[in-house]
Amino acid sequence: MAQRYSSFSSGSTAWLLQRITAAFLVVVLAFHFFNLHFVTHAYEIEFAGAQARMQNVGYYVTMVLFLLTATFHGVNGVYNALVNQGIDGVQKRVVQVVLGVASLLLVVQGIRVANTLAGF
Amino acid sequence: MSQSYDRGLIEDFGRWREFTAGMWAWVFHKFTGWVLIGYLFTHIAVLSTSMQGAETFNSTIQGLESLALVRLLEVGLLAVAVFHILNGIRLLFVDLGVGLESQDKSFYASLVLTGVIVVASVPTFVSGAF
Ligand code: HEM
Ligand code: HEM
Repeated sequence: MAQRYSSFSSGSTAWLLQRITAAFLVVVLAFHFFNLHFVTHAYEIEFAGAQARMQNVGYYVTMVLFLLTATFHGVNGVYNALVNQGIDGVQKRVVQVVLGVASLLLVVQGIRVANTLAGF
Repeated sequence: MSQSYDRGLIEDFGRWREFTAGMWAWVFHKFTGWVLIGYLFTHIAVLSTSMQGAETFNSTIQGLESLALVRLLEVGLLAVAVFHILNGIRLLFVDLGVGLESQDKSFYASLVLTGVIVVASVPTFVSGAF
């Protein structure tokens, strides 16, 4: 019998949200790499170009959604992996607080950067 | 049919010699996921230089991109991301009930496809760095 390996308990809310964000990330992450390595080469990236991209509202919204979903997916993944390793009690609480604060900082800073690049 | 199989604790990485394809897929998926979230923090930190103005942003990016080491790390990041995406899609199908029985084959397919995409992208990624 083939085994299904996962860090998540199948069917939980965390599990479902991980799949939904994953489906979204497939598209934007592939787009992002293509956009910033093949359309614009990574070494050609400069402020003016980033500004031109970010001033497009659709692009700006996509990047902010990318930021939110990637942060959630990544942090949720790390958290569930640790729970799967068996942390509980105080350890679990500490991890929740640390990861929570880290994601909040990441999202706030990411949005500030997005606003700077877009010139808001 | 009802053959029970004690998979033991996969979390026990010391048993890696006995790992099957599905376990390796899971280990690689973990590793690549952790690299990606780590990169995201670094990424936002680098992009934050834009808040010091266009000049700082441009010189930071150009400084980084002129280093051969950074270019190589970017190829590594691409490999990590492509594997996580392809294996992730594979996992989404497994969750939908498709392909669990042939997970070893679809895992090998993810690996091969990752290799092909990465090799094909190397020229673009390192152009002008050496
Ligand atoms: C080496 C490959 C990459 C390059 C060269 C790159 C470059 C950039 C650049 C220049 C921007 C600013 C927006 C723009 O100019 O269009 C940006 C934004 C962003 N990137 Fe990347 N990126 C790379 C890989 C990644 C990866 C792997 C992730 C996901 C883990 C990611 C996540 C993001 C996010 C979330 C934003 C939006 C930031 C914000 O809202 O402030 N990038 N990237
Ligand atoms: C691009 C498309 C992506 C897909 C299709 C995808 C898919 C998945 C799936 C299905 C899981 C759950 C695995 C399990 O059940 O154990 C997972 C876990 C994870 N993902 Fe992603 N992901 C993607 C992008 C990302 C990004 C951008 C990041 C980082 C910001 C990331 C970080 C993680 C982490 C840390 C885990 C947990 C790994 C563990 O179990 O230790 N993923 N991913």
